[in-house]
Amino acid sequence: MTITRRTAIAAGLSLPFARGGAAQAQAPSRSETLLLVQEYGPNSLDMQGIGSSQPVNGVALNCYDRLLRFKPVPIPGGGGNTIAMGELEGELAESWQLAPDGMSCTFKLRDATFHSGRKVTAKDVKWSLDRAVSIGGFATTQMNAGSLEKPEQFVVVDDKTLRIDFIRKDKMTLPNLAVTIPFVFDSELAIKNGGDDPWAKDYLKNNIAGSGAYKVESWKPGVETIYVRNDAWTCGKLPSLRRIIARDIASPSTRRALIERGDADISYGLPPKDFKDLADAGKVNVVGVPIPNGVWGCYLNTQVGPFKDVRLRQAVAWVMPYEKMLQASLFGRGVDMSGGPETPKVAWPQPFPYKTDVAKAKALVDAAGGGFSTTLLFDAGNATVAEPMSVLIKEALATIGINVEISKVPGANFRGEIQKKTNPMVLNRFAGWLDYPDYYLFWTMHGNNSIFNIAAYQNPALDKLVDEARFTADKATYDKSVVEFIKLVNVEVPMVPIAQPTHDVAMQKSIGGYQFQPCREPDFRYLTKG
Amino acid sequence: MLKMIGQRLMTTIPSIIGVIIVTFLLTRVLPGDTAAYFAGPAASPQAIAEIRGKLGLDQPLPVQFVSYVTALLKGDLGQSLTTGQPVTRDIAARLPASAELTLAGLILAMAVALPLGVLAAVKQGSWIDHLCRIVATAGVSLPVFFTGLLLVYVFYFLLGWSPAPLGRLDVFASEPPGVTGFLLIDMLLARDLEGFRAAFSQLILPAVTLAIFSLAPITRMTRASMLAVLGADFVRTARASGLTNGKVIGTYAFRNAMLPVVTTLGMVFSFLLGANVLVEKVFAWPGIGSYAVEALIASDYAPIQGFVLTMAVMYVALNLMIDVLYGVIDPRVRLEG
Repeated sequence: MTITRRTAIAAGLSLPFARGGAAQAQAPSRSETLLLVQEYGPNSLDMQGIGSSQPVNGVALNCYDRLLRFKPVPIPGGGGNTIAMGELEGELAESWQLAPDGMSCTFKLRDATFHSGRKVTAKDVKWSLDRAVSIGGFATTQMNAGSLEKPEQFVVVDDKTLRIDFIRKDKMTLPNLAVTIPFVFDSELAIKNGGDDPWAKDYLKNNIAGSGAYKVESWKPGVETIYVRNDAWTCGKLPSLRRIIARDIASPSTRRALIERGDADISYGLPPKDFKDLADAGKVNVVGVPIPNGVWGCYLNTQVGPFKDVRLRQAVAWVMPYEKMLQASLFGRGVDMSGGPETPKVAWPQPFPYKTDVAKAKALVDAAGGGFSTTLLFDAGNATVAEPMSVLIKEALATIGINVEISKVPGANFRGEIQKKTNPMVLNRFAGWLDYPDYYLFWTMHGNNSIFNIAAYQNPALDKLVDEARFTADKATYDKSVVEFIKLVNVEVPMVPIAQPTHDVAMQKSIGGYQFQPCREPDFRYLTKG
Repeated sequence: MLKMIGQRLMTTIPSIIGVIIVTFLLTRVLPGDTAAYFAGPAASPQAIAEIRGKLGLDQPLPVQFVSYVTALLKGDLGQSLTTGQPVTRDIAARLPASAELTLAGLILAMAVALPLGVLAAVKQGSWIDHLCRIVATAGVSLPVFFTGLLLVYVFYFLLGWSPAPLGRLDVFASEPPGVTGFLLIDMLLARDLEGFRAAFSQLILPAVTLAIFSLAPITRMTRASMLAVLGADFVRTARASGLTNGKVIGTYAFRNAMLPVVTTLGMVFSFLLGANVLVEKVFAWPGIGSYAVEALIASDYAPIQGFVLTMAVMYVALNLMIDVLYGVIDPRVRLEG
């Protein structure tokens, strides 16, 4: 065949469309490779480092090991596994033993190897835990939440044994060792490359020095992260996927098209409407887990502005169109938080006793002196859900004479705004990693006034109950104080709970072994394909 | 010529300095709180203060400015918090991606718009003139994210002709050694034809999207400028001298009509380079526009400053290039220069 200009052009034009042959040649690698599409990827490889973004949790989960991990338990509706707070299993720890006085715990380490080939020793565990409590920022805050506060608490007994001394008895200490912060670094490698910095922050931000089930083969921030399996992993069953490609695709429509066409294996972070459509169409599996300890709520400022008056806060709780909001903003991908029993259960979140009753709400507003104007603030990053929600709130409040102006601000401004604690109404979603009612209230309603206590709620009676529940070892006392403080917030409503959202993931039918983690990042170690 | 370029560069120095000062001040008056944003969820006030100290944001503005300029003189644009990488590295990786896409789109647009504009001017009032009008109106009135999504829907989702919109390369294709940062060129340099095909097929849809948008200004400008030239004395003289129609239009009229078109091209290029954020988002293109917008949402100062500065420098370079090009097209401009 002679190549003329015409055939050359024809061949050139048809080239991009000739995909069949090439796809077949790539078949073997595709079956062991997982393609994940997500909105944005990690901005660091070190979850303990300051300013790490949400997806960095996934790096910590898959590339590093912790002493303990959450035991998989089946999701009630099927589709994979979730976790239960109290149930733990060893990851780097082969076994662990609480001291008779309950004030320390001794961990025996497994025979595990770092990616560098060095054996994991108790010294590495100590260095890593020391780092987590000393580095500052989120890592240290999270460690403190489990009463892990000082390096002196971590004691190397011998090469394979580590003891953690407790400052106080705290039921969250052990579960907090299974979250994505207290993971174990290869301390020698880190120190060697750390230069002047004792915690090797710059080195570990760009390099993995761990023993986890996956290594990072390539990382292009904002584009993609490629993971390969660590064949020498001994801290669990060897994962079946050899290679994971996580691509950052900003547009949700593109992510949906990719999963529907079958090019992507797993898609994270689609708008609720897309998850609903995909679930209805039935071509791909959609697994939804109600986010433990997570709830969309409308925070009403208890210190400044009109909602200082508790009657107005109750009026808002009575007028919310709960069912409509769940359908129009979350497209049913959540649990309604209205119409609960008068006596609460020992659980969080749970429905409050309020349901839509305009007459009751109107009466409360009239008793408090009639209508007024106010503003409702939300984070533009949450607009997909928060925007329809806020419009419905505006509509509903108008019927009882409260005129609402909606204010939508970008992420960086939102943080600044809620820190000021002067906004009368804020719509926000908060989800705690450790699934305990007292933990949620500690962040959102306690007198310590953390940034997430958006309502600036201050009540010594509540603080007492929350603190009691947090540190008691007695189940009866715990249950009693939880019921008491939930009763209290039912009446006081610093936050009107709207719905507990589900964490949704769409995946091809060929993907199995889905595991939900509290950090809400994909756990590649359990996934299977084909 | 060299003297002209030198003089030109001298006059741009004050504007670059102006850009540096203005972007620095603008980013500081943004209402967002970078430290609170990056402290992450559950941050305590101490944690936020620590981050503010680490970023140097607790210093007075003049001190911040001096340290910014000092770093800038060393070629250091600072550290991006959104990607966690030095801004210079980010921009070096992302600018070629945007430039490749924009150039491809522009070349495509020129291939359609120039002949269409010329024909519309020559056959004024004919069907081709109307077609030109329709194309221009449609192209400019369809928002790019809409055309982009429509193309993805038809050519990828329904027909399956186009590869998955996963960015510059299919996930299973391997990247060539980066020489120019332009994937098509790098693939050819690496003699990787399979890779070239992969990169080329990824480029088609986003380039077409951009081309549709940029058709309008180029077509309209070509038509208008051709009409003006065709009415000029020298064209009448040429026709009177018995030159063929092709010779008159192709050689004399077209070349003279090119000056305003080249100006428009320059403007369209620099505009598209930074403004095709939506195309980048739809096609997951790792370009500079979406980089800047993401940084803006997070009040991440360093990338914003780096982006604006890069754009300013590129704009200066582009204008200079166009001026030089004027001289090539029209010797009279060269003499005046």
